[in-house]
Amino acid sequence: MDGYGMQNQIACIRRSLFDQGYLDEQFIQLEELQDDANPNFVQEIVTLFYTDSTRLIQNIELTLNSRPINFSKLDDYMHQFKGSSSSIGAKKVTSECAVFRQYCAAGNAEACIRNFQHIKQEHAILRKKLEFYFQMMGQAAVAQTR
Amino acid sequence: MTVEQIVSEGKDQFPIGMRVLAVDDDPTCLLLLGTLLRRCQYHVTTTSQAKTALKMLRENKNKFDLVISDVHMPDMDGFKLLEHVGLEMDLPVIMLSANGDTKLVMKGITHGACDYLLKPVRIEELQNIWQHVVRRKKKDRCNSGSKDKPHPDSGEAAGIGNVDNNGKLNKKRKDQNEDEDDERDENGHDNEDPSAQKKPRVVWSVELHRKFVAAVNQLGIDKAVPKKILELMNVEKLTRENVASHLQKFRLYLKRISCVANQQANMAAALGTADSAYLRMGSLNGLGNFHTLAGSDQLHNAAFRSFPPSGVLGRLNTPAGLGIRSLPSPGTIQLGHVQNSGNPTNDLSKLQSFVPGNHNTNILQGMPMSLELDRLQHNKSVGHIGELPTTDSTTVFPGSGSLVDARITGFSNNPLLGVTSNSLMLEGSSQQATSHTSVSAIGFQNGNALSDFTSIAPASNQLQDSKADSQGQASPINCNAGQIIRSAPQEWNAPRKDAPYQSHALINSSIPINSAMIQLGQCLDRNNSIFHRTTDLDSVGPLNFVDPLSIKHSEGDNYIMEPSVIEKEGYLMFQPRPHGSHVPDNTGSLKDLASAMMKQEDDFGCNGYSLRTSI
Repeated sequence: MDGYGMQNQIACIRRSLFDQGYLDEQFIQLEELQDDANPNFVQEIVTLFYTDSTRLIQNIELTLNSRPINFSKLDDYMHQFKGSSSSIGAKKVTSECAVFRQYCAAGNAEACIRNFQHIKQEHAILRKKLEFYFQMMGQAAVAQTR
Repeated sequence: MTVEQIVSEGKDQFPIGMRVLAVDDDPTCLLLLGTLLRRCQYHVTTTSQAKTALKMLRENKNKFDLVISDVHMPDMDGFKLLEHVGLEMDLPVIMLSANGDTKLVMKGITHGACDYLLKPVRIEELQNIWQHVVRRKKKDRCNSGSKDKPHPDSGEAAGIGNVDNNGKLNKKRKDQNEDEDDERDENGHDNEDPSAQKKPRVVWSVELHRKFVAAVNQLGIDKAVPKKILELMNVEKLTRENVASHLQKFRLYLKRISCVANQQANMAAALGTADSAYLRMGSLNGLGNFHTLAGSDQLHNAAFRSFPPSGVLGRLNTPAGLGIRSLPSPGTIQLGHVQNSGNPTNDLSKLQSFVPGNHNTNILQGMPMSLELDRLQHNKSVGHIGELPTTDSTTVFPGSGSLVDARITGFSNNPLLGVTSNSLMLEGSSQQATSHTSVSAIGFQNGNALSDFTSIAPASNQLQDSKADSQGQASPINCNAGQIIRSAPQEWNAPRKDAPYQSHALINSSIPINSAMIQLGQCLDRNNSIFHRTTDLDSVGPLNFVDPLSIKHSEGDNYIMEPSVIEKEGYLMFQPRPHGSHVPDNTGSLKDLASAMMKQEDDFGCNGYSLRTSI
């Protein structure tokens, strides 16, 4: 029962992630890639994303804090950030990145800085949600084996 | 391309197992990409560094079928990687980017990408990427198919060398050589020779001979048995018998070379190349060819063919051939023998004797020389041979210095080299008998039967271009060589047409060349071809001593056993006047020379290989 209950819970969590726009169909692709040969693929790739993106965020911060701001460099970083976030289906993060790039292209430092805060927020929120999601899944798996 | 392999291995397998190299500096994307590709059942290799990717691609060009790369990478721009891959490996490349700007996409396509995908990439898109591989393979196949066409002549040409006039032979040779030149490495050439030839005879082209030598080397001369060699060579329509007889000649050649000493090592190398030259020589009709033979593998062939009986020698009958005959043995060696007598004149006579009729068409087999010789004979150069010895080597190639260098070692490369040196030798050598020797060696190369060539030739694959032969092997063949060379070059040069013999006759008497010959042969082979061709042998007539030096022996030096040697010897080989194509004197690479020579040889038509003239 617990197992089923948990499964339901997990399903709900998952659905809300999509409904609220945190995740998009790319995430489903990830899930589809997960199979017996690759049982933890989704978790692996998300973890990898977060490890890598932390580094990127730091670099962007530094660039934003330097004066004068190197927009081209910013654009490079953001390009990459956008690429990887879209690869895991982080919808909100990706769209914020797109906005950032527009400001960056315009040379709007202020807007960039502001926008970047949003990016960081979304990035953090999604992380928490996904962590919780994986945790539940792990527990459910354990519960099932009981 | 691998696809082909895959396809051939199991058509239904492909695209399963298609080998993809994925490059992306973003670890998340790379993991995703790799996983997606594996899901498509491709064989995936991933790397986050473009430089690493290039390295992997370079170390084994056949390791991958397709490359997928991100555009935006820190260590190297994706477009640059794209260019490199396209240029060096000619593999299909798919670009990936998070940025879908039309401009970028356009840039990707113009840089040669076969496709441009946007991140995040989806599995459906990846499931179809194999089409790019197939498409490209198909394109390649079409391209290569047409390339092989030109060869058909070669086989025939070679065989024909013996026949008819040098002119004809030369012509054929020329075609053959042209083809060969174009794709010297083309297997097609080899394959086509046997198949395209009307005659059942196998023409041991430079290329073929090179393969042969490579196979022998791989197996070890002791363990080299025809069957295994045949397997290793993997040439269509080549029979075990062909290989066996060729091997026999090769062995003789080697023996001779070892007698020569020093150059031995070179010879060996040359042999590989020389063979091809050797073959060429055969085609060279006439002396001129020999040069090429000498220079390039042909000489080897000639040498191996042991001229005498085998085709080349057959041709040798003619005085010109004679010279070559002596070559038959490991190439120049024969000549060497001849020369040993030291006097070119003597040699010449000896040479002549060699030629006895071997006319085996086989000469073509490897001995282009014979062809040449025949021509020579026809040309009446025969007479010259005897004369050659006297010709001052000086006439020979002024530039022959290169011949020496050409040292047959690799003659193949520098037909001229061999020749050149010879020629040089001839020029100055006449005076310096010793130097001549080198020349002689070289001289041989020129296709003369200079057995030396054979030794030298190996290397001279390039020389083969008959140029070497044409070099007129001026081989110092001490006279004889000269004669022979003349003939040789012609023959080998075959295409040259009558290998006017190429003057290789260098041998101008003065060249004691005997030993030198061998060397020269070696060098000559390389140079020979060069020599012969390149320079208008002006000297006298057929024997035009090609200015070996001019022959850019330097180019082919690879093989040249010691080009320097050759040069000295001055290739007595007169470079058959390069009619028309006058071998571009030392124009740059020997190869050019060789080709020039080859052409010239044709021109030379070995008229009477007047080796003597050049002398």
